[in-house]
Amino acid sequence: MKPRTRRLLNFWSLFTGPALWWGTVLLVPYLMMLAISFYTRQFPFHVPDFQFGNYVTLIADSQYFTVLLRSLWIALAVSVTTFCLSYPLAYFLAFKVRSNRLRLFLYTAAIVPLWVSYLLRAYTWKTILGSEGILNSFLMWIGIISEPSTIFLYNQGAMVVTMAYIFTPFMVMPIYASLEKIPRSLIEASKDLGAPRFTTFRKITLPLSMPGVLAGFTFTFGLSIGDFISPILVGGPYSNMIANVVATQFGMAMNWPLGSALGVVLLVIVLGIITASDKLERIGRINLG
Amino acid sequence: MTSILELHHLSKIFRGGVVAVDDLSLDIREGEFLTMLGPSGCGKTTTLRMIGGFEYPDAGSVMLDGRDITNDPPYSRPVNMMFQDFALFPHMTAEENIGYGLKIAGVGKTPTAERVRAMLDMIELPGMGARFPSELSVGQQQRVALARALVNNPRILLLDEPMSALDAKLKESMQVELRHIHDRVGITFVMVTHDQTEAMIMSDRIMVMHAGRIEQIGTPTDLYDHPRTAYVAEFLGASNMIPATIRRDGGDVVACAGSMTVRLDRNTGDSGTRSLFMRPEKIRLVPRESEAGDGSSTFSGTVKELFFSGNMVRIDLDVGAERPVIVHRQLDTELAAAGLPGVGDIVTCAVNPEALKLFDTAEVAAMKAEEAAA
Repeated sequence: MKPRTRRLLNFWSLFTGPALWWGTVLLVPYLMMLAISFYTRQFPFHVPDFQFGNYVTLIADSQYFTVLLRSLWIALAVSVTTFCLSYPLAYFLAFKVRSNRLRLFLYTAAIVPLWVSYLLRAYTWKTILGSEGILNSFLMWIGIISEPSTIFLYNQGAMVVTMAYIFTPFMVMPIYASLEKIPRSLIEASKDLGAPRFTTFRKITLPLSMPGVLAGFTFTFGLSIGDFISPILVGGPYSNMIANVVATQFGMAMNWPLGSALGVVLLVIVLGIITASDKLERIGRINLG
Repeated sequence: MTSILELHHLSKIFRGGVVAVDDLSLDIREGEFLTMLGPSGCGKTTTLRMIGGFEYPDAGSVMLDGRDITNDPPYSRPVNMMFQDFALFPHMTAEENIGYGLKIAGVGKTPTAERVRAMLDMIELPGMGARFPSELSVGQQQRVALARALVNNPRILLLDEPMSALDAKLKESMQVELRHIHDRVGITFVMVTHDQTEAMIMSDRIMVMHAGRIEQIGTPTDLYDHPRTAYVAEFLGASNMIPATIRRDGGDVVACAGSMTVRLDRNTGDSGTRSLFMRPEKIRLVPRESEAGDGSSTFSGTVKELFFSGNMVRIDLDVGAERPVIVHRQLDTELAAAGLPGVGDIVTCAVNPEALKLFDTAEVAAMKAEEAAA
């Protein structure tokens, strides 16, 4: 057998499976979604077509735009909250915990909720924030309020808290990885050259951990903008996200073409975020060497 | 000379009870190039890091210009360090790296730029300021690290194994260059290395460390020619350490090992079993049966092995002692023309009593055991 033939054979014996899988469950559905987004709705179903009516509807009907803005806003709020919670944790793990065993334990503790069902974790927040919930009981016990309050649950704040909790591991992992990679000698060199702790953090540690921060933001933003469980469980009224609208279009509204068009918009947004973050990271990488 | 830095009874014990530095006292003189020399784990780096403020001693004090800086953080000491891995900030250009200390100190833009340019000229990298560390060669990175550590005019520059990342050729030229830079800037340099040749080439004084203590401190020639302990004798350069019996022979004191009998300095005055120390290059090959004159004693041995290393030949002689006597013969001609003996030949050697020293056998045995364990 010629080396070239052998290489090809090796390649395809390894990659035929993945290629088939990727094609049938990812590429084909995406193409179907794209195709259906140009169809015409004909109750109770739709007919093949090529027209931009569905996209025009998305622009013309302001409710879709409102939902889109809300989704972006919630995703941003979740990402920022998650970042504020995760960076100190990752920093603490990477720099302050001296014992390797303790570090591994704490890291695992931060990650392990990923093994628990998403639905269950979102539901937990209902029992914490609800009017009969743990938070209310606690506040009544210490005497801050005299009767249960309903302000904690069924609003956008509750959604942000729930998603921030659920997506924390996706922020902690990349930030921790990037912090851990920073040679300790760089931090010592900065202090040696006269920079106190905070200046060293601002000028050395933070810039060098930006790739991790960027990855964390990309994960959490992408995951939360497409979320449709927390709006249902803890969001209450006026909390519909773009994914909820998509789900409605495919279900109750029986408007697959419009749902597909929305799906395409969501896909474009997420791809845009990933591309932007990749570009930013590339710029950073040139500097990082 | 006035001392710039004093270490008083410095001790550092790491977790797990490892004593890294053990009651170490030292005076460093203004403007000198001092090297802390020793194998890994001897406490030299820990000592350097305590001067830099990266470790704090468990006991003792660090005095800089008469001021106690023992517990001062690194950023408030007028001492700068060149790190072993250079520790250049990868997200900053060479210029930004060099100017970092000035920027932190609040020096204005124009004077900073001027000073950085002057430093770039000094390290012979003019016009390379806009490059990132990843775009520089290892040698260039080292120069930038040096410039960065010197830019603030520190009272003392600390150098932690500065040559370890360089290949042999570059190492040699940088050793000379660093020495020149030291002479030019007039700043006190304190270097840590495990490379004895490097220490001897570069330093005004060398401090040999062993197990957290100072074994001996002195000029390179002091240490090489007059080692006070077997450890120093073995660590610097090549050496013969041969167990020998010491006895009186008429008016002389002689050392006997196998068929070898050599005269010692008269005032050595000792008897029993000791370790006889001879530098291999101080042993000369002489024509057979001749008397070497100048008070040297002669002995014969059988050539066991020859090792050629370019500029010299190492000859291992069997004299019937516990281990062979190693002789170094510098070559000033091609090997074939040097008239060297072959394996199995019996040759005569001469050695001057001044070149001989005795050390305690127990001390040597302990040292050998430690070496074998390392």
